[in-house]
Amino acid sequence: MIAEIGHYAIALALMLAAVQGTLPLIGAHRSDAALMGVAGPAARGQFLFVALAFGALTYAYVVSDFSVALVADNSHTLKPMLYKIAGVWGNHEGSMLLWILILALFGLMVAEFGRNLPAGLRARVLAVQGLIGTGFLAFLLFTSNPFLRLDPAPFEGQGLNPLLQDPGLAFHPPFLYLGYVGFSMAFSFAVAALIEGRVDPAWARWVRPWTLVAWTALTIGIALGSWWAYYELGWGGWWFWDPVENASFLPWLVGTALLHSALVVERRDTLKSWTVLLAIIAFGMSLLGTFLVRSGVLTSVHTFATDPERGVFILGLLIVVIGGGLALYAVRAPALKGGGLFAPVSREGALVLNNLLLATAAAVVLLGTLYPLMLDAVDGGKVSVGAPFFNATFVPLMVPLLIACPIGAMMAWKRGDLTGVLGRLKIAVLAALGVALCTVVIDGDTDIVAALAMGIAAWLVAGAALDLAERTGLFRMPFGDTLRRAANLPRSAWGTAIAHSALGIMVAGITASSSWQTERIQIVRPGDVVELAGYEVTFRGAGNVPGPNYTALRGTFDLTAGGRKIATLYPEKRSYPAEKSNTTEAAIHTTPLADVYVVLGDADGKGGWATRMYHNPLVPWIWAGAIFMAVGGMVSLSDRRLRVGAPKRAARKAAEAAA
Amino acid sequence: MTRKRRRLTVVFLGGLMLATAAALVLTAFEDNIVFFHTPTDIATRADLPKDRRLRIGGLVREESWTKAADGLTHKFAVTDLTHDIRVAYKGIIPDLFREGQGVVVEGRLLPDGSFRADEVLAKHDENYMPPEVAAALKKSGQWQGGAGDGKPGAAE
Repeated sequence: MIAEIGHYAIALALMLAAVQGTLPLIGAHRSDAALMGVAGPAARGQFLFVALAFGALTYAYVVSDFSVALVADNSHTLKPMLYKIAGVWGNHEGSMLLWILILALFGLMVAEFGRNLPAGLRARVLAVQGLIGTGFLAFLLFTSNPFLRLDPAPFEGQGLNPLLQDPGLAFHPPFLYLGYVGFSMAFSFAVAALIEGRVDPAWARWVRPWTLVAWTALTIGIALGSWWAYYELGWGGWWFWDPVENASFLPWLVGTALLHSALVVERRDTLKSWTVLLAIIAFGMSLLGTFLVRSGVLTSVHTFATDPERGVFILGLLIVVIGGGLALYAVRAPALKGGGLFAPVSREGALVLNNLLLATAAAVVLLGTLYPLMLDAVDGGKVSVGAPFFNATFVPLMVPLLIACPIGAMMAWKRGDLTGVLGRLKIAVLAALGVALCTVVIDGDTDIVAALAMGIAAWLVAGAALDLAERTGLFRMPFGDTLRRAANLPRSAWGTAIAHSALGIMVAGITASSSWQTERIQIVRPGDVVELAGYEVTFRGAGNVPGPNYTALRGTFDLTAGGRKIATLYPEKRSYPAEKSNTTEAAIHTTPLADVYVVLGDADGKGGWATRMYHNPLVPWIWAGAIFMAVGGMVSLSDRRLRVGAPKRAARKAAEAAA
Repeated sequence: MTRKRRRLTVVFLGGLMLATAAALVLTAFEDNIVFFHTPTDIATRADLPKDRRLRIGGLVREESWTKAADGLTHKFAVTDLTHDIRVAYKGIIPDLFREGQGVVVEGRLLPDGSFRADEVLAKHDENYMPPEVAAALKKSGQWQGGAGDGKPGAAE
């Protein structure tokens, strides 16, 4: 019964989405307030019914209702509750339902918080959201119904892929989808603006918070996925340039460009048509990611099922949404003219450089990701494009971006003073050179590229710190004044500095972990000691340990440094009887400066065990960097000028009066 | 600076960026693309470059998997049921590696016709067949269809 209610709720939500996608659009065209007014209630209703359907599916999982085919295929009574719930989106149908739930949630937020939007813009934005919702609800209902019944119902479910039974992965999809779907807001605003033929600073101020929300969530989602790959796959790596990873990275790159270009629209009322284009492309990349992962054209742990019908449907949606968006852009963008040109040496000039580099990098990643598919489609042979390609193309494009970042962030709007900025960054230059030199000295075998990359990392952190010091007058005026200035500094300035220095932290982590990783593979017998980058790892033995829905073979290793005991590590090999599958659980000892990473392999049948150990310097800095970056996004989001309904105009007048 | 010159600057910068990217991509494609071949390709085609990284896919031949005395070097044969190729890999074999199941290995051909793998990809669940492997079997005319239709969990 519950499942039928869920199924019916999806159908009702589809109807409401169709209404939301059409009537307000007509209303906005005819300036008919009654028709435009349909948008809000329709968005609320759509969210309500989608939430009802999602609740019904979650209920079926929680009570292990195996008469629902999806639950029988992906769940098991012995699974811990967390993974019963996470199992809702651990499959194709459920994950699409989550996608739609988040889409409807964003629609609801526009309906609730968008009261001060111009009525026409609000109606059109909601209508575009409704149209996207219609497409995806139809997709769910016609090709991926999550509520299909099984008769007779089996006594036990088949369980969830053990790789997915992991806390990191339980929260990876919701954040990722929050990011993907969040860019639909930028898209809807862009399409609405194209229909209206007007883009102004107020529009940009509306788009930026949604983009920031999406970008922050996507940053967290990608970091969670990468962290999961790091500790769960047992390869000691954290990013593999796997097509599916790229699929999530592409919207992030374009979204980052969009965040920066929207600033120019907001502050200087120019670069409009480029920003609108980026908004369309950012969502396009999100859809492309969904298509690549869901259609089964790429293979990975994310590919739940390959069903050509679904692939074709999503491809159709992709073509309609992106083709429609770009066609509208081609017709209407010339009308968006306006805004002056500007000097190359200025904040806006620097932001254009940022956009050029990010867009080029995104294009390169896109090409590398799609090239095997394109070649296969024309029968040119099967190839794979892996990490070496991306390292050779992506990294050289990032270097100028990272070097320009602190300079651009300090540059004044309209007319910048390059020599002045460089003068103020003198300390950062010194810090960068110092760190690069120290790296060479410590490293010994003079890996120049790595030393320079560490220098760039220091440059980013020092540059961001100097920018803050400059703005708050640190060391130039009494400390109390500095504190007052710091408190009055716009939150967006704090957000920028935090996110940019986070980038530096991340660059340091990436450089160190890829340049100075130590790997040891060997057979160990109980009592054997392995030297690992200044640590000693002693194997104590291995034995069976039961888990809730698996049995684990657990190894015991003592980690010591110069005879002093630091930790005991327990790597496991788990075998899941319900799913007939195994996973490897690496044991990781994390310190602020490095990870010690131990993986237990097979027994050699003669009392020894294959083991793999890594010393990964600064690898925790990668996740720390990602977290700080997301924090930067959130701090920026709390800036008062983005807070909807803040009495902005009065405040500005008061400030002008004071000045 | 005049309006026109400013616009030219931006256009020039954009063009430069695109040209750099194109150059980067082309040189990287030249060196870093890994082609996929079937054991039959390796056995029958003389035109394959010997000095490049390759991927080979097929089934792990039944009863071919042995471990060397060091306990770490694995030897097995990858087959498309028409031809075999001997593969050696030093390291820890993935959890889902089994005889009789699909596998993709990446590495280099050795002069004696065997293959030294530095990567073994078998990271899917047990009924899953990598599409490259399915294609290799289809090409050699040994495709059975049915179980392992590229659909995880289909045959459970």
